[in-house]
Amino acid sequence: MKLQSIIVTIITAATVLSSCSKQIEGRTDNIAPLNPANIDINAGTWRPILLTGPTEFVVAAPAATNTPGYVAEINEIKSWQQNLSRRQKDQINYWGAGAVLRWNEIMRQLVAKYNLPPYQNPDGTYPIPDANNPLAATKFPFANPPYAARAYAYVSAAQYDALVAAWHFKKLYNRLAPYKNNATVNTLLPQTDLPSYPSEDAVVIGVMTEMMKLLFPGDQAYIQTLATEHRNARIAAGMNVRSDMDAGEALGKLVAQKFVTRARGDRTGAAVAITNGVDLWKEYETACISRGEEPWISLEIPKRPPMLPYFGKVRTWLFDSLTMVTTIRPAAPPSTKSEQFKKETAEVLHYSKNATREEIAIVHYWADGVATYTPPGHWNAIAADDFITQRFSEVRWARNMALLNMSLMDAAVVCWDTKFFYYNPRPSQANPDIKTWTGLPNFPSYTSGHSTFSGAAATILGHIVPGRKQAYEAMAKEASLSRLYGAIHYRSDCEKGLEAGNKVGGYAIARAQTDGAD
Amino acid sequence: MKSIKNILYALSLCIVVNGAFAQTDIDAIMMEKNAFCVGPMYTYSSWKEYWEGNNKRENLNLGTVSTQMFSVGGNYGVSPKLNLLFNVPYIKTKASAGQLRAQSGIQDLSLMVKYRPINQKIGYARLAVFGIAGISTPLSNYTPDMLPLSIGLKSRTAMARLMVDYYYNDKWFATASGTFVLRDNIKLDRNSYYTDELVLSDEVFMPNVTTFNVRAGYRTQWLIAEAVLNNMTIQGGFDITKNNMPFPSNRMNATSLGVNFKYVFRKIPELSLTGGANQVIAGRNVGQSLTVNGGVFYVLNLGKKEKKTEEKK
Repeated sequence: MKLQSIIVTIITAATVLSSCSKQIEGRTDNIAPLNPANIDINAGTWRPILLTGPTEFVVAAPAATNTPGYVAEINEIKSWQQNLSRRQKDQINYWGAGAVLRWNEIMRQLVAKYNLPPYQNPDGTYPIPDANNPLAATKFPFANPPYAARAYAYVSAAQYDALVAAWHFKKLYNRLAPYKNNATVNTLLPQTDLPSYPSEDAVVIGVMTEMMKLLFPGDQAYIQTLATEHRNARIAAGMNVRSDMDAGEALGKLVAQKFVTRARGDRTGAAVAITNGVDLWKEYETACISRGEEPWISLEIPKRPPMLPYFGKVRTWLFDSLTMVTTIRPAAPPSTKSEQFKKETAEVLHYSKNATREEIAIVHYWADGVATYTPPGHWNAIAADDFITQRFSEVRWARNMALLNMSLMDAAVVCWDTKFFYYNPRPSQANPDIKTWTGLPNFPSYTSGHSTFSGAAATILGHIVPGRKQAYEAMAKEASLSRLYGAIHYRSDCEKGLEAGNKVGGYAIARAQTDGAD
Repeated sequence: MKSIKNILYALSLCIVVNGAFAQTDIDAIMMEKNAFCVGPMYTYSSWKEYWEGNNKRENLNLGTVSTQMFSVGGNYGVSPKLNLLFNVPYIKTKASAGQLRAQSGIQDLSLMVKYRPINQKIGYARLAVFGIAGISTPLSNYTPDMLPLSIGLKSRTAMARLMVDYYYNDKWFATASGTFVLRDNIKLDRNSYYTDELVLSDEVFMPNVTTFNVRAGYRTQWLIAEAVLNNMTIQGGFDITKNNMPFPSNRMNATSLGVNFKYVFRKIPELSLTGGANQVIAGRNVGQSLTVNGGVFYVLNLGKKEKKTEEKK
């Protein structure tokens, strides 16, 4: 029948078309397993960040490889390997790409998930996320750029210190990988001469499970699930025996606890600058008015308190607060009454009206706004893409990520100090005709956070991967200007932010040159 | 007859518009051979409240989000059984509050083939069956990544529709259709994004769409008045999380109810006016839009000289 044949034709066409693969492959989904170019056997001598030395937390000597206990552990590997499912093999490959890389990606995912501004209360005030009640209607944390920068920094720094300690004990005890002790163990990932006790992967797992209690307390179950997958993947891959994992995880947890203690005392807890309903941050508005300048006001409806006004007081990694205030904080922006200010505002209006499609693409490429991993996360992604090609050992991955993320967190502190010290209005406040190509951030304008982050990141990354130095600088410049194109920052916000960021990166280079790894 | 306001367009406006207007690829009217109906149409759609997932809310930092569409559409009769249709919209969006800039541009071209294999008289009634297939593709390099102010989703689409029309006593009708829309993945200007997981790619998976449409009312050569119920369901996608911005691959479901009219001038039967309105009555990750539209259409005879009339059954 005619009708039937038409229906059949349509359904067939639809089925054929819909079976075309639309699956998205992320650019690190299927990368090769990590096979370090250099195992950095002496990394136990590298200078840690918080630890007094690599032996501050002692890892007990492992059992000898001829003991019944070790033999039993070898047999555990073999029993895993007897019937590995497709899914287990996928997990082995996934985690095989690198513990530091994968947990960095997981962190970025959590930042994106939690990077949502709280929704207002019925009375027009805003709830403050509560660390003790992370799963409430207003989730904790609001992983905004300063929060994210700090989270990446603590995790990376703790991983680095824990891995330095691990490398010390690896060399000290020199217990080789299971496949070196027993030729019948299969390996599903590249073999290495690096001693396997304590396991570097387990060190990272220990750090993460511990740090995440502090940083993303609402996602404990998710973290534990991943930790279990990661642990099992290493054993099933034949890369570690269980005692390698247990020792590594215990070490990672102990080191992480030291970082958690630092974090609890780094003044982030007070950064919202609201105590018992009192807006302490108003002091900045008062100071700005008393200098004769127009103060920033929130353009959100209802007016939202500015983001983390006291983040500029948070404890830094690479320099002290006096250095920050005297040598890094940029000089004052153009007065809101000056010709220069009018000129710069007019330039923003120009981009608001006339940005080209290419400039709009740049705005969106670097926007890293709500529900993204933030600009610090973007620079982690840029770094990770390049570090993959460098084939760093796990400890070097961690060291380089720590340098990057300490720079990014310190950049956040510097920028927030500057923003609130000057308390400068946004372009849309200076001229309501200025409409924006991306979300207008709810805090003072000078200096640009993106610019400060990007300046810091490009500088330290240029030291870590010298061949990419110019590319990083070009990216930082573009990220910086994207905020002008987006009509949310004046040119001087961008330029001075970039300069301050470069200075922050310089302190990271100074550390890199003396940590024993260069 | 004529104008074209295709469902694909409604989809592409996602949070902004959902509509299905009269006398299009989704109605039972065919052009005669060589007749070409063409004309401009204006559509205004706005919403103040929207569904964030299933949670209805307003957003004081957007105020009322409005979309204006200026479109040109046409319908050419290859034969009374086979029509070709096209539509090109220019779109302007605006939020009445907040800082986000209004956006505008030429959106997506759609092309459709409408085929009527069955047109059977049964007593006083007539039963017709239609198969409709179409594609749409962006005509400009707009960004889909600035919802709800983006002018579209920028997905290339292909659709297939099966439609049945029951026409009684040359006056009363009921038309029902079901549509399946394939949507191609889209690319963003950024190389990572979060849905319910982090994706390190500039490419976004766009779930396919099904729609169901029922319309009924009065229809003669000179006047059409109809009520329309339309439902659109995204086959996948994720919900907007609390206080988040919308994303192109959200699960943008909508059910709307509306009315349409068409009036043909007796003195100038080539000329007609169309108008309509519809209201989203239920939805998920879409605005609760009220949409109104109006158009003017003219029928040209591109054949020898034979006089065209519409709607010869």
